[in-house]
Amino acid sequence: MLTIKNLHAEVDGKQILKGINLEIKKGEMHAIMGPNGSGKSSLSSVLAGRENYTVTQGEVIFEGKNLLDMSPEDRAREGLFLAFQYPVEIPGVSNLHFLKTALNEIRAYHSLPAMESKEFLKLTKEKQQLVDFNANLMNRSLNEGFSGGEKKRNEVFQLAMLDPKLAILDETDSGLDIDALRIVAAGVNKLRSADKAFMVITHYQRLLEYIVPDFVHVLYNGQIVKTGTKELALELEEKGYDWLKEEVHQKESV
Amino acid sequence: MTSDKSFYEFISNGVPGPEQKVDADNAILPARKLAFGRFKELGLPTVKTEEWRYTNIQRYLKDAFTLAQEEQGTVTAEQLKAAGIPQLDSYRAVLVNGRLQADLSTLPTGGKITVSKVSDAAGNPQLQAWFDKHPHLQSQPFAALNAALFADGLFIEAGVNASLDKPLHIIHVYTASANAFIQPRHLIVLHKSATLEVIESAVGINDNAIAFVNGVTEVVLEENAELWHYNIQSTVKNSRHIYHTSTTQKADSRYHHFNFTLPSAELTRNNLSVALTGSNTETNLHGLYLATGTQHVDNHTFVDHLVPNCNSNELYKGVLLDDANGVFTGKIHVHQDAQKTNAFQQNNNLLMSEKANINSQPQLEIYADDVKCSHGFTVGRFSEESLFYLRSRGIGEEAAKSLLVNAFAFDITDQVHIPALQDFLAEKIRQYVAGAINN
Ligand SMILES: Nc1ncnc2c1ncn2[C@@H]1O[C@H](COP(=O)(O)OP(=O)(O)OP(=O)(O)O)[C@@H](O)[C@H]1O
Ligand SMILES: [Mg+2]
Repeated sequence: MLTIKNLHAEVDGKQILKGINLEIKKGEMHAIMGPNGSGKSSLSSVLAGRENYTVTQGEVIFEGKNLLDMSPEDRAREGLFLAFQYPVEIPGVSNLHFLKTALNEIRAYHSLPAMESKEFLKLTKEKQQLVDFNANLMNRSLNEGFSGGEKKRNEVFQLAMLDPKLAILDETDSGLDIDALRIVAAGVNKLRSADKAFMVITHYQRLLEYIVPDFVHVLYNGQIVKTGTKELALELEEKGYDWLKEEVHQKESV
Repeated sequence: MTSDKSFYEFISNGVPGPEQKVDADNAILPARKLAFGRFKELGLPTVKTEEWRYTNIQRYLKDAFTLAQEEQGTVTAEQLKAAGIPQLDSYRAVLVNGRLQADLSTLPTGGKITVSKVSDAAGNPQLQAWFDKHPHLQSQPFAALNAALFADGLFIEAGVNASLDKPLHIIHVYTASANAFIQPRHLIVLHKSATLEVIESAVGINDNAIAFVNGVTEVVLEENAELWHYNIQSTVKNSRHIYHTSTTQKADSRYHHFNFTLPSAELTRNNLSVALTGSNTETNLHGLYLATGTQHVDNHTFVDHLVPNCNSNELYKGVLLDDANGVFTGKIHVHQDAQKTNAFQQNNNLLMSEKANINSQPQLEIYADDVKCSHGFTVGRFSEESLFYLRSRGIGEEAAKSLLVNAFAFDITDQVHIPALQDFLAEKIRQYVAGAINN
């Protein structure tokens, strides 16, 4: 589904991604971990098409197409979704109106007619229950005045509504209380299917108990320095990142 | 009456007085003459005139214009439609070059609310009492010029307790085949406890000629009267507008005014002023200006708190693109007697290009001590972060920008209580954004 080859990217002249290689297949759940500032959000930003990042080398193929050639909206329309680490507040744009616009723009891209209001409301209700998203928040301005946890839940609600092929969750678990974490994880699990894939960025092994990953990657200093299975997350939880950093520096000095 | 070269020169020096007008109406002629004298005394403003510092009016008057609009011109249904608001259920007063066309209009019947030509109503005691009497107009040269030589316009009078089942839509059509200086003039009088909704919009028919519109509307709200007053300024590219709206509010009256300045007149200068002469009034002034290209939009507002216990609330918002230029001057004068005044003013701007510019200045003159007054001014750029968020959900750049501009304008458009007008504005915003992106 997604193939990242030797991806290098910089922002404001500063090299952040330094040769990322990653292959994500249908049905897979990939976890990305790594210390603060290692480039996890940068990777998701580059994949989603944030304009202040410049790709200097490498390529990204998504469903057979060159992802880096596409506008952010076309990436979304092709089935990529990014749940933001810091969702933006947009006063004056209602949550529902925003979602309806998004959904219909994606449909139009696939030559589908705009969704009828009735059908849209039905879908909204269904997905809102699926991820246990407070119905009162749907009519409010997009994320305006939402608590940190409510914003994160709104990301998952949008994910459920837009039904992408590949979802990238950037620290969606941060800021969630224990119950919310369980609910959100359960929602994500319900959205999992054989033809969808997930890339979950997290700092906590806890999330991975609910959402069991097929692979765990450690990003450090703009590169994936280690890949393993869910046991790797446990090991990191126990030992931290220092041993890995040392490994990397030893390799570099050889 | 035509100026060969600079119209500015012509009206400064050569323009003949009102007695020369072919249709100089006897009953109104004395008022016209008075105004003409005042105009001569005041003279036209220059950039040195404080109130015109940011609007170089000479620049917009340097072309040649015809002052007389004796020609009637013909208007087709198509052209009328272009000036209309889709789905709007309203009474209609259609004015061609400032003159009411009864055959194109659907006016209210029943007699409690009358809509007539100012020229036909010249002898009416209300018109005689109020015409060109608003105190704030006395120092305004363009308002004086209008009073002296105006073409015609509407006299709208609503009797005690009168109201209409739907809004009255005044549609201006400008047909000039050569550059024309057109001066419409209205007087709206609402007697005690009358209510009315008035929408005014305009369309120009000839793209090759410049229409310079110098309009004046005076409004009188007697006790407990309420007026919703929507002014929609969107016409052809090469039109230029100076508009004075001056309102007098008596006790317990409510005035809701909206100035929607949409693309793409070259010049729009609004002088909106309200004199509060009775207590317990409510005044809401809303403005939304969307400017592109080299448009120049100048809003001067003035709320004059003369008596105690009045509330005024003003919110003007602007979105500026390209090389567009905005000016906002909001004056609030709270007189010594006007205790317990609440006066609020806010001007927010969104600059969507590096070269767009806004000059905003509040002018608060407060001479009473027990008052609540505030003012604020903001200028912001488009949030790239918000834009990216929307686009990352599959919303195209144009739709995303349109959502954001709509969101910015929401405080204003939300106050519009006519759904068809709300839809019309949303569509105008969409077109504005689309135009900006396809440029
Ligand atoms: N606009 C920018 N200019 C300069 N440096 C930037 C910019 N944006 C991000 N960076 C830097 O890029 C590096 C990677 O940041 P990124 O947000 O991708 O880290 P992260 O792995 O997501 O961290 P966290 O776990 O804290 O979320 C950081 O050192 C950050 O300071
Ligand atoms: Mg991050």
